[in-house]
Amino acid sequence: MPKRILEEFKVEWFQLLDECGTLDSSLLSPLLSPSESITKKEIQGFYESMVLIRSFDEKALKLQRMGRLGTYASICGQEAIQVGCAAALRSSDWFFPAFRESGLSILRGLPMKTLYQYWSGDERGSVVPEAHNDFPIAIPVGTHIPHAVGAAWAALYKKDKIAVLATFGDGATSKGDFHEGLNFAGVFSLPVVFLCQNNQWAISIPVSRQTAASTIAQKAIAYGFPGIQVDGNDVIAVYLVVKQALERARRGEGPTFIECLTYRLNDHTTADDASRYRSEEEVTLWQEKDPMRRLRRYLEKTYDWSTSHEEALQQEVNARISTAVEEYESVGPDDPLQMFDSLFETLPKDLLEQRAELKRRIEKEQEGARH
Amino acid sequence: MRTLSYAQAIHEAHAQLLDRDPRVFVIGQGLWNPWYAGTTLKDLDKAFGCDRILDSPVSENATTGAAIGAAIAGMRPILFHPRMDFMLLAIDPIVNQAANWSYLFSAQVSVPLVIRSVINRGGEQGAQHSQALHAMLAHIPGLKVVMPSTAYDAKGLLIAAMEDNNPVIYIDDRWLYETTSDVPEDCYAIPIGKGIVRREGRDITIASISYMAEEAMKAGLSLEKQGIDVEVIDLRSAKPLDIDIILKSVKKTGRLVVADGGWKMFGFAAEVAASVSERAFHDLKGPILRVCLPDIPAPTSRALEERYYPRASDIEKTVKKSLNIVSVA
Ligand SMILES: Cc1ncc(C[n+]2csc(CCOP(=O)(O)OP(=O)(O)O)c2C)c(N)n1
Ligand SMILES: [Mg+2]
Repeated sequence: MPKRILEEFKVEWFQLLDECGTLDSSLLSPLLSPSESITKKEIQGFYESMVLIRSFDEKALKLQRMGRLGTYASICGQEAIQVGCAAALRSSDWFFPAFRESGLSILRGLPMKTLYQYWSGDERGSVVPEAHNDFPIAIPVGTHIPHAVGAAWAALYKKDKIAVLATFGDGATSKGDFHEGLNFAGVFSLPVVFLCQNNQWAISIPVSRQTAASTIAQKAIAYGFPGIQVDGNDVIAVYLVVKQALERARRGEGPTFIECLTYRLNDHTTADDASRYRSEEEVTLWQEKDPMRRLRRYLEKTYDWSTSHEEALQQEVNARISTAVEEYESVGPDDPLQMFDSLFETLPKDLLEQRAELKRRIEKEQEGARH
Repeated sequence: MRTLSYAQAIHEAHAQLLDRDPRVFVIGQGLWNPWYAGTTLKDLDKAFGCDRILDSPVSENATTGAAIGAAIAGMRPILFHPRMDFMLLAIDPIVNQAANWSYLFSAQVSVPLVIRSVINRGGEQGAQHSQALHAMLAHIPGLKVVMPSTAYDAKGLLIAAMEDNNPVIYIDDRWLYETTSDVPEDCYAIPIGKGIVRREGRDITIASISYMAEEAMKAGLSLEKQGIDVEVIDLRSAKPLDIDIILKSVKKTGRLVVADGGWKMFGFAAEVAASVSERAFHDLKGPILRVCLPDIPAPTSRALEERYYPRASDIEKTVKKSLNIVSVA
């Protein structure tokens, strides 16, 4: 019996804006439909968004160090992915974040005050605005991937012309949730885009110990849909590839998996110390690839972006962030009884009793304190 | 004798077990740079090599299944789940497989596996990072569940869990890591299923486990100053449950408060209360009372956490209630 090759696969890699801020516009046209272009205004908007979310992040880290915020997961270095995704998504699409997407959430319209509240451990920080199509932050790694698949299935069933985007880290791709979720999406040809923010680390575990495959993108091939690798620090590539994938999903052509190569420039969270497990040289190497720096270089070269533009932008952003922090910090502590009130629509009798008992205890203590 | 912290005692037990038996290995997340393990596994990779201290991908289910397979194949794994909550991703291999194996195969093969998991409550960790699921696990017929509250027990129970030829769930609590006690240098085991009287008293019995045993001792001390003589039992194992030690105590005191860091309904304290009332109803002078978590998930904000986790003062109040002493606050 002769030997035959049954299938051969390729994994594509996309980068349009290189580390020096040079844009390869010959790559633009295949990613855009004939009627489309990418405008100066859009690109400048990307940069403004990046400055906003990086400043939000820096402020969060500062607040945490001063004891004014809880444990926080920094997005520093991963802004291009978040800005690109936010620009590609429509408000009617659904977004399923992991826990390192604060920037994307802000750009989707979640108030910064709410996010600071969330990262301070205040349960009221989990309340999203009405008609906000984002799922809550998934702290358990990868558990939201099958949820996104379910939402995509529901959209297909209801004939909603929307797409679902689920983002997660490289660590999440070791979870059964990832493999079962992707397989399910492939089998039912669901309108979902899976996006891995491959930031090279899952806490202290490098991606080389997460998978023996040379790319994460290629995992999609086994599930029967395209897997693409993108320079995750290139906002233009991320935007265009995600946009295409979302459109494909909305057209009913099935899922796409996008691996975005990036780097977690800070510690895993404020509770971590990354210097215990990775070298300074590695961090420096990736600082050179910083998504914001390269976009700024592009703007400077192409659109005369100047220091005064930069300063004006930073000032405006700082003012927005100060307001958000003020709003967040002016909220008083929550009522302890509240912990009983979000569990069920109506509290069963036994829990009503537990609630009443706590209420009695608090009142008694307050009385005692008054005497 | 030397004094060690609870965390140091866990570390020493691991080191001694690895040292004396080449079949022993440790597998789980974050072992080379322990983030959730405090100092309990510090530098074991350097001392025993990365082939015996396996830092795994984020694959709770695969890691657990693999540990079971290796155990059946003759190894003696210590499987580490740094968060009990995420051990739930491996509930099938634990409940359906490991727990049932000996029974399914007529005791021809058992699963000599230690499953260590950590309760990591408080500090804004919330509903998916702080759960105490010992009662749920103890409900499963083929599992034993141990929960040390002192450094001495932390070492002795880990060694006992290793010496057992069936799966044993070993649960330690981050709130206890800095507590200290005398710990012998040798490799000793404490019998699984044996409680201990931590404090003798005549007026009332407090049956407790894990960090609530610590809190019960604090309550006992405070109540002593108020003229109430409390007996504190630390059960040390949730299952098998040392019912005899409680019955003996209740025969003397006639009153029982059960203090547990898990939820109240269908919980560990409920099991203790039922077992005692079945066997010693006539020794009891009043109802058995429980100090547990309210039956809601863990909150994240400090204001709520303060009211969520029961402490010594809650045990004290419940003791007084049992003794019909009206307290002012
Ligand atoms: C199911 C589960 N297992 C383990 C953890 C502990 N944990 C928190 S973050 C993390 C690493 C995640 O890495 P990755 O998916 O690459 O995301 P990143 O933090 O790099 O954004 C782990 C293992 C968890 N939260 N959930
Ligand atoms: Mg990662």
